[in-house]
Amino acid sequence: MNRELTIDILRYDPNQPEIKPYIASYKIQEQVGMTLFVALNEIRKHHDSSLKFDFVCRAGICGSCSMLVNGKPSLACKTLTQKLDSHIRLAPLPVFELIGDLSVFTGNWMRGLNERLESWIHHKEEELEVDKLEKPMDPDVADDVYELDRCIECGCCVAGCGTLQMNENFVGAVGLNKIARYQLDPRDKRDEKEYYELVGNEDGVFGCMTLLGCEDVCSKNLPLQSKIAYLRRVMAKTALKKKD
Amino acid sequence: MRFDKKEAYLDLLQSGTGIFLALFIMGHLVFEASILISNEMMYKVTLMFEGFYLFGERHAWIISVLAGIVLVVFITHALIALRRFPADYKRYKIIKHHTKSFAHEDTTLWSVQVATGFMMFFLGSVHLVMMISTPDKIGPFLSSYRVVHEYMWVVYFLLLLSVVTHAFIGLYRVMLKWGIFESDDPKTYRKLLKSAMRGFIVLYLFLGLASLAKYSYIGMTHNYEKTKIYKEVTQ
Repeated sequence: MNRELTIDILRYDPNQPEIKPYIASYKIQEQVGMTLFVALNEIRKHHDSSLKFDFVCRAGICGSCSMLVNGKPSLACKTLTQKLDSHIRLAPLPVFELIGDLSVFTGNWMRGLNERLESWIHHKEEELEVDKLEKPMDPDVADDVYELDRCIECGCCVAGCGTLQMNENFVGAVGLNKIARYQLDPRDKRDEKEYYELVGNEDGVFGCMTLLGCEDVCSKNLPLQSKIAYLRRVMAKTALKKKD
Repeated sequence: MRFDKKEAYLDLLQSGTGIFLALFIMGHLVFEASILISNEMMYKVTLMFEGFYLFGERHAWIISVLAGIVLVVFITHALIALRRFPADYKRYKIIKHHTKSFAHEDTTLWSVQVATGFMMFFLGSVHLVMMISTPDKIGPFLSSYRVVHEYMWVVYFLLLLSVVTHAFIGLYRVMLKWGIFESDDPKTYRKLLKSAMRGFIVLYLFLGLASLAKYSYIGMTHNYEKTKIYKEVTQ
């Protein structure tokens, strides 16, 4: 039998500051195979057309529909309602700029992070030779790089990070994962010292308190714990080696 | 851009001192549990730490030196770990809210570590300073006297609860932090570590509470007017 779902949504529009944040409650009929993305569209269609939430791909690829589901950062499109109680609480992701209701601006935060960590291939001598064929890469290395490249910047690890809650300059698992990715990539010619300058500090890998919220909420199931540990070992080795 | 090695050293030192203290406590509680076997066994363990089997006579100052070393490591660990405490009320409120609403086990375990760590600032210091200043007051009857008649059972009980949980949650975290003994399958490795952590907490709490109960029993039943010392002369 289909359940009746009660969905509580924390609503607030920064453009209408006169309306204080409030919880709006909606009742809908659950359907077979229903995801939260479907449920939210149902609410917008039949209950309240002013409800704001993001989605693009509805298939767990774009990372737009991340939100707090019963307090846990999750992608709405990948969350089946049948796995939840009939009473569901939704709220926007913390840390990021709020656009309205469940919609947050992860893009500008991620852009800032990518600029700060320079998350692109650094290859000075060949920078301008765009027509030159790339050197072949060892397939195992390519697999490792690709594995970490699957990050979709949905922001769940950022919202689930206790360290980041207390230190807003912390790069988060998304940032550390990026550095691990470029550090593995033989095309990136940055040396250990340059990586250390980026994340060898309390805003980087040494700030991580290993609360593992990131690992447990990652929508792409990335091996974040193991890669952060790897990066920590690399950075500690660099510090122990460096004489200057 | 900066290249500051100190932040790496601090992280290494926090983990290193933590591992040292956790291993120390694992040994400590086992040796202390010798009372569960017999008074004689506990007495022999005391003699061992006083160097009796090495030098042929008792040197209680060895206990003072050992406790002194532990105190230095303990203070170093506490000092470095302090930088992880919420810096002000605002951050405390944020992390408290985050922990509560997220309801995520490993995040919650961290707040347990903060709380138990804070408790140990006082309880651990009291215990260690006492061992440094009166190292000759250890033995089946003397220790029991302290537990019962000097009301130290309160300190020992609270210290046991905090130190055992703190140590094994800490070991679990430090293994994952650096990937110590990590296998090709990190997710299974973490599950195994989590089970081991739970198992060790239960085991050591049981061991510690049983020992404390035995010391309390001896303290309550032994006639201290007759003798306070288990054996006057050691052959």
